Amino acid sequence: MIVAFVLNGERTTARVMTPISLLEVLRDDLGMGGSKNACEQGECGSCSVMLDGELVCSCLVMAVDAEGSDIRTVEGVSSGGFLHPVQEAMHRAGAVQCGFCTPGFVMAAIDLFEHNPSPSKDDIREALAGNICRCTGYGAIIRAFEDLAGETR
Amino acid sequence: MTTRTARPATDIEGLIGDSPLRPDGVSKLKGEFDFAQDLSADQMLWGATLRSPHPYARIVSVDIAPALAIGGVHAVLTAEDVPGRARFGLEHPDQPVLASGTVNYWGEPVAVVAAEDQRTARAAAQAVVVEYEVLDPLVDMEEADRRDEVFRRMRIRRGDQGVIGDVVIEGTYEVGMQDQAPLGTEAGLAVPDGSGGVDLYATSQFVHIDHEQVVASLGLRPDQVRSHPTGIGGAFGAREDVNLHIHLCLLALHTSRPVKMVYHRAESFTGHVHRHPARLWYRHHADREGRLLRVEARVVIDGGAYASTTSAVLANASYFAVGPYKCDSVAVDGVGTRTNNPPCGAMRGFGAVQVCFGYEAQMDRIAAEIGIDPLEIRRRNVLTTGDPMPTTGQIIETPLPTMEVIDSLEAMPLLGNGRSDDPVHLPGGTGLTTDAAHVVSGVGYALGIKNLGFSEGSDDYAQARVLLTGEGAIVETAAIEVGQGLVSVLAQIARTELGISRAAVRHVDTSRIDSAGSTSASRQTQVSGGATFEAAANLRRRILETFGGDRLDDEGVWKGDERVAPMSTVLDNHWEETVTFRHPPTFESDEDGQGVVHADFAVAGHRAIVDVDVELGLVKVHRVDTTQDVGRALNPQAVRGQIEGGILQGVGLAVMEELIVEDGMIKNPNFTDYLLPTILDAPEVEALLIEKEGSWGPYGAKGVGEPPTISSTAAVVAAIREATGTALTRVPVRPQDIALSDH
Repeated sequence: MIVAFVLNGERTTARVMTPISLLEVLRDDLGMGGSKNACEQGECGSCSVMLDGELVCSCLVMAVDAEGSDIRTVEGVSSGGFLHPVQEAMHRAGAVQCGFCTPGFVMAAIDLFEHNPSPSKDDIREALAGNICRCTGYGAIIRAFEDLAGETR
Repeated sequence: MTTRTARPATDIEGLIGDSPLRPDGVSKLKGEFDFAQDLSADQMLWGATLRSPHPYARIVSVDIAPALAIGGVHAVLTAEDVPGRARFGLEHPDQPVLASGTVNYWGEPVAVVAAEDQRTARAAAQAVVVEYEVLDPLVDMEEADRRDEVFRRMRIRRGDQGVIGDVVIEGTYEVGMQDQAPLGTEAGLAVPDGSGGVDLYATSQFVHIDHEQVVASLGLRPDQVRSHPTGIGGAFGAREDVNLHIHLCLLALHTSRPVKMVYHRAESFTGHVHRHPARLWYRHHADREGRLLRVEARVVIDGGAYASTTSAVLANASYFAVGPYKCDSVAVDGVGTRTNNPPCGAMRGFGAVQVCFGYEAQMDRIAAEIGIDPLEIRRRNVLTTGDPMPTTGQIIETPLPTMEVIDSLEAMPLLGNGRSDDPVHLPGGTGLTTDAAHVVSGVGYALGIKNLGFSEGSDDYAQARVLLTGEGAIVETAAIEVGQGLVSVLAQIARTELGISRAAVRHVDTSRIDSAGSTSASRQTQVSGGATFEAAANLRRRILETFGGDRLDDEGVWKGDERVAPMSTVLDNHWEETVTFRHPPTFESDEDGQGVVHADFAVAGHRAIVDVDVELGLVKVHRVDTTQDVGRALNPQAVRGQIEGGILQGVGLAVMEELIVEDGMIKNPNFTDYLLPTILDAPEVEALLIEKEGSWGPYGAKGVGEPPTISSTAAVVAAIREATGTALTRVPVRPQDIALSDH
């Protein structure tokens, strides 16, 4: 069947013939490789996207269920050559190492700051608890968003 | 964090001692960075692997016809399709490219498939019919030792073997199998070149060793294969060994089409090697003041079915079995066994992690026995520059500031456990299962020591090329960036030596540069950094000599205040300099394990603060403070990233990370059941860098990647012991080890 949705502001369709995930459609059919496939169990958050404004693991969303929805991926968060403030904060703090978890953290942090512009350290931890990073030990990630929260206070 | 790195008087940003923005940061943040998983090519096929469902079995027959009959399948290859050397291996080629005759571990590749899409390829792999005669697997390392199924035995004897101490402490310890669990699974793309050769883009820590093994098994000339450094999602040792590399090239050449393969998570857990599980026996002899008189140890690690790096890991475990302590009577016997368990090999810390858990528990027990505190016992035995290694007798010639590590760790403010009334901060966490009345707290200390660079006579070198171009300075290398920040550090070195503000690292394939060696053993900053330093310094000297100047900068060559050649004139020449850097030579040890075995050493100390719910056996690691010997911090932000990331992997081994292997089969090959620390599990970390120059790395830098992982595990468990009074001789510490003990 043909599944139609809005992807990063653009009307998009995908032909979905088998029971596959939204992540597979994004990566393999639509060439949107920013969302990463790391566990396919919803444990690591590397494939996080916004589906109708809600943060989801795209590996756990059936592609057909995306029909009619508004999807925002990491490719759609910065504009005009400028990084999103969340990305800028991570960049400055050294929160990027191998980078595989990074798009998922970007999406989860955007979700956090859209709901709470000045989160506490505990708020940051709770909001990012669904994302696994194997490189940083999370220290630089927390510092990045504490700095950003400080700027918005 | 403190650093005292002086910088030259210049306004250039991103010199050594700075922490410039990562050059690959923006593309990674925008999701535009190309990882091996993200590669594609026109006419590309997908590969998949059929793996053994048995840890040990005879292959009676293989029928590929059902797989070939599936529409869209282009190739189904088995052992008989391997044109060259049938086996591969990092140190010994003992592992079949595809199994033939027998399968020796659960998940061993038997056949590979190429098809139009990934789903078809995976279905086709499962359609291959293999008849097995199931055999009884050897899965116990002690039994393997008895049967002499071993990859290597180590024997170290130093000093008077008859010494007996006033205080004798004996203990046995066990370390479970940890996985590197890099976020990116194994992936790659092989592209045939149309004339019988192939280009390989695959997850790797060491492209030249992949190249060597691909060439051998494909029966090609070296110039027919090019292995390209490619974006990888973490490594931690998991990417030193070949896994899908030869398979991809076989399929690509067989089909004359590009072939891509991406392991799914469960497959990744069988497709790479793990940290060796270990059993340790120790007997420490000390005098009444706690000075070590003799250390006896037996170190058993299980290498699983194939050799990988077991020999080197065992050597490391044996050479570092005493820790950073002076002792003149030592006996260590080590064995690396061969079983039908999953193959084990490199993981961050490489043998030094396992023994640290044992010797640090022993040091704490001696301290308790004679009634001194944990740091005092370590101070009384401190191993430092000029001392002989307790095991090999090698005199430590580079700075080893062990006493400074201890003193500064003690001097760091003890900030307490930070526990608040919020139940989320209790060991039960967001599950809110912990009753505060059942919580006890503890503080634990540990020190660790590790070699830097390859040992035991390896010809350990790295080549780098520095060019001066209209784009600025370019550093060409095949050294793999695994996330640690090598792309920043090499550019920082080039900027510093050349005086040029624009510098970047360009990764080139195996045909365009000689090896940089593996991104492992905490070595690239020292060896590829050393090559970059020398190449840039030589290039600068040549440019200055050519134009008769005394200073180079973005505007050209200067002599005093006069510009003797503008940059445009300088760039009329082609400027490049290639250097192969070697660290001081090492040698194999003698029959008693004695000799100059290592090129350099680093020490670190950790102090962990934990809360423990003794009813439920749950642990909250609140803080891990650390002091680390770094030589010189070339990029303090990246060093801190290594320290914090390494500590969390150590915390993982202490309290949650274990691959459960039963009868040779991994029971938890997924992120639901193999527990990785989340941001809620991450302790606060205060890190103090001990900068003591004099090592052979550029500017005196030492590698920093592994020391954080070595003693952090031991420190966390020491803290849990202090809190609970439980012996805890095994990691990871499981809830039942605490809750069901007498505390």
